Amino acid sequence: MTYLAKPKLLAADAPRNALGYTRRDYEGAISTLCAGCGHDSISASVVQACFDLDIEPHKVAKLSGIGCSSKTPDYFLGNSHGFNSVHGRMPSVLTGAALANRNLLYLGVSGDGDSASIGIGQFAHAMRRGVNMTYIVENNGVYGLTKGQFSATADKGSKSKKGVVNRDNPIDLATLALQLGATYVARSFSGDKEQLVPLIKGALRHGGPAFIDVISPCVTFNNHAGSTKSYDYVREHNAAVNRVDVILPKAQIEASYPPGSLRRVVQHDGSILHLRKVSVDYDPADRIGAMNYLQERQALGEIVTGLLYVDSSGQDMHANLNTVEKALNQLGDAYLCPGSKALEALNATLR
Amino acid sequence: MTTPAIQHCNDFVIKFANVNGSGSASANELFARAIIRMGVPVAPRNIFPSNIQGLPTWYEVRVSEAGWLGARGGCDMMVAMNPQTWDRDVAAIDPGGYLFYDSTKPLPPSKFRDDITVLGIPLTAMCNAEYEDARQRQLFKNIMYVGALMALLDMEFAAAEQLLVDRYRGKDQLIKANVNALRLGYDYAKQHLPCPIGLTVKRADAVGDRIMIDGNSACGLGAVFGGATVAGWYPITPSTSVIEAFSSYCRKFRTDPDNGRARYAIVQAEDELASIGMVIGAGWNGARAFTATSGPGISLMQEFFGLAYFAEIPAVIVDVQRGSPSTGMPTRTQQSDLLSCAYASHGDTRHVLLFPQDAYECFSLTAQAFDLAERLQTPVFVLSDLDIGMNEQLCAPFDWDDSRRYDRGKLMSYDELEAGKDFGRYLDVDGDGIPYRTIPGTHPTKGAYFTRGTTRNPYAKYSETGADYVYNMERLRRKFNTAKDLVPAPILKKAEQPTHVGVIYYGSTAPAMAEAGALLAADGIHVDTLRVRGFPFSDTVMQFIAERDAVFVVEQNESAQLRSLLINEGEIDPKKLVRVLHYDGSPITARFIAGKIADALSDRKVSPIGQPQRKVAS
Repeated sequence: MTYLAKPKLLAADAPRNALGYTRRDYEGAISTLCAGCGHDSISASVVQACFDLDIEPHKVAKLSGIGCSSKTPDYFLGNSHGFNSVHGRMPSVLTGAALANRNLLYLGVSGDGDSASIGIGQFAHAMRRGVNMTYIVENNGVYGLTKGQFSATADKGSKSKKGVVNRDNPIDLATLALQLGATYVARSFSGDKEQLVPLIKGALRHGGPAFIDVISPCVTFNNHAGSTKSYDYVREHNAAVNRVDVILPKAQIEASYPPGSLRRVVQHDGSILHLRKVSVDYDPADRIGAMNYLQERQALGEIVTGLLYVDSSGQDMHANLNTVEKALNQLGDAYLCPGSKALEALNATLR
Repeated sequence: MTTPAIQHCNDFVIKFANVNGSGSASANELFARAIIRMGVPVAPRNIFPSNIQGLPTWYEVRVSEAGWLGARGGCDMMVAMNPQTWDRDVAAIDPGGYLFYDSTKPLPPSKFRDDITVLGIPLTAMCNAEYEDARQRQLFKNIMYVGALMALLDMEFAAAEQLLVDRYRGKDQLIKANVNALRLGYDYAKQHLPCPIGLTVKRADAVGDRIMIDGNSACGLGAVFGGATVAGWYPITPSTSVIEAFSSYCRKFRTDPDNGRARYAIVQAEDELASIGMVIGAGWNGARAFTATSGPGISLMQEFFGLAYFAEIPAVIVDVQRGSPSTGMPTRTQQSDLLSCAYASHGDTRHVLLFPQDAYECFSLTAQAFDLAERLQTPVFVLSDLDIGMNEQLCAPFDWDDSRRYDRGKLMSYDELEAGKDFGRYLDVDGDGIPYRTIPGTHPTKGAYFTRGTTRNPYAKYSETGADYVYNMERLRRKFNTAKDLVPAPILKKAEQPTHVGVIYYGSTAPAMAEAGALLAADGIHVDTLRVRGFPFSDTVMQFIAERDAVFVVEQNESAQLRSLLINEGEIDPKKLVRVLHYDGSPITARFIAGKIADALSDRKVSPIGQPQRKVAS
């Protein structure tokens, strides 16, 4: 029950980040999702990522649509403003919020029904508009709150809990995001925090449209044999292309990697992504190559995970609109209102 | 000719029948503005198709020294420049009226009428002789007929000449070419036609300091002055030019002089759902945001209106109403979105509406809408329509009080939070139903909350309990009542003689209603009128109805939407409110209103309504 407050007791030696906050300061209300839900692992990963990055909680705005996944922003970052908006319409609300204040971090949380079914239009347009955001889809292939209908990401041939076989082709949001111009595209698995936390961190520091498709099994409606979004299935078919470490500008680089196995990407804000190759010679700077690779592997039944694409040279929406540096919601009357003299001059041209 | 020719000075209607896309619009506007420069009020109106090129279009100019700006109906002179619509255009001329046409190609006598004055000029032949280029031939033909009309109507040539100089200042070649075309038409008419005809324009002093502008431009300007920084929108006739104007005024007034960067953001969305979503996201985040749309857009935005109402997010929606749905009637005017805006969305919702009567109020009420939206933390609708939105009209000059500051409403600040002030996002602290809100990013550890629809307690915590829901709904009702006295007050105009009959009207009906009142009074029928400017209705509206035996509700829709709203909100006996409805797509006229009211009042003598029966002053 979310109106129950979490216990305030805190171990005296709980680790603190550079801002003096503990992990608890990044948590939210207690989750009301089913025990074992993949979404709760994603919430925990968001908490970890924000703690690690020393993000001021009130400098994050978290927005969601409707569904199990969209409830989760209540369960993390309790000191951040959140907005549980309209089913499938989080991208436009987030876009508007980002227009109003370019100086906050925007975290969009959505589900496969919310983004691939009802909201695919808004998903697509937010990507092509270059909104500076971290857009996470908690993808379980199923409608949880309405009890187990297929969503648009359900694989063809996968079986529902009631034994119905899905006949429709699936939508792959990561491929779409690539095609539509997202400049940071990743896929991960809620059961693999080692992989997920750095991917979220990289996205939060990206400075442009970042999309993460997180396969997140629904323990209640989509975790059975015949499902392609179950814990077992994803573990068996997960094919990671790389592992990411996010290095902040000030941090000492301590990790050492075997020669030839590392790729370095410097993002807008100076943060560095270290991409460790896993099994293939995968190039995350090649958008078209990434799309081809995803489709080839998908045809083989593999779930490709990792940082699929990153381009740190892209422009975001505010750059395209050439808006002032100061947040629009902070501009005072004097900056906005032309005043009576300007109006009188205008009147004179209308006679 | 058996019927005497119409003889009117400074009081007539001239109609231009053109082909869409032929460049006639700016020539026709030149004609209208030249009359204004002579100190005589005009009311121009476009009647245009849902098309870019080739279909018929009409431009009507009502010349009225008395200052009546509503559509009059009828036609004293037709400028018939479109062969496609010739027959109906000729038929539309009042008996004794005038027909002006291009006489290059001879027409059989059967194509004319014998009760009108026919004035032909070989415009095409003259243009072909004067210009080589086909486009020039077309464009200057328009200017040429304006010149000829000026001679026929005894207008001052210098008035139009000066307008051209003002319009094309710095482009001397263009001025010269246009003045030349104007002169060719003027001189030809002087030499070959009986100038002046019975219709004339004589210099007067009836325009004053008024300006001429369309309502959509005024809305766009009002949004700039009202402090809007974010616009999300989707193109739809007849609202598109609101955003075009906003964009152009922003470039002029909101470009940072130091670095050329924009103090505004305008995003053309993928649809109306996304436009309103952006507006609501921006409003939630503390920017003044708006969209402009029309009926179908209002339909698409319904779900978001409900969310914004319950989540209590400021938003401004300019709805330029039109006939709906589909294509065709949508380029004609109507006031048919009242109910779909007033009660927009699911759940128990009701919304604040403003009704501008002209371009001046399009400016002032749009600017005010942003203050109201933030004060009340709710969507505010500015209900304009195609008639005032897309037609240039004479209106009072815009004004602005420089001491005025934006009312950002109840925003809790960092300092207040830091000082430990109690923050309940949905708590009614002041008894007016309006809670305090915080903007994301205000304070590191205080004042953050999770925004939802209705399922929350006064402290914005998730709650499904009935008592919390009821508390919230009762507070929202209080808030709506608070809005009654914040929206612009209605404007009462008492009849010259005591009467028990009233008329309620709103928006673009205003000029026709003012004239109808004068027409009725001249016939000894006296009516008090009340122009409603906002919803929720202030108590004075209900008092106006209570104090009268019968009240006519004049509006431009088929289902009597304002009447329904009055009955529903004021618990009025429906028999007391008499419908006067105009909805064929043309702007309502004084003749129509006066006729309906006079007929209904004479019917009432046969079949009286209401108790006790008092004598109607008629």
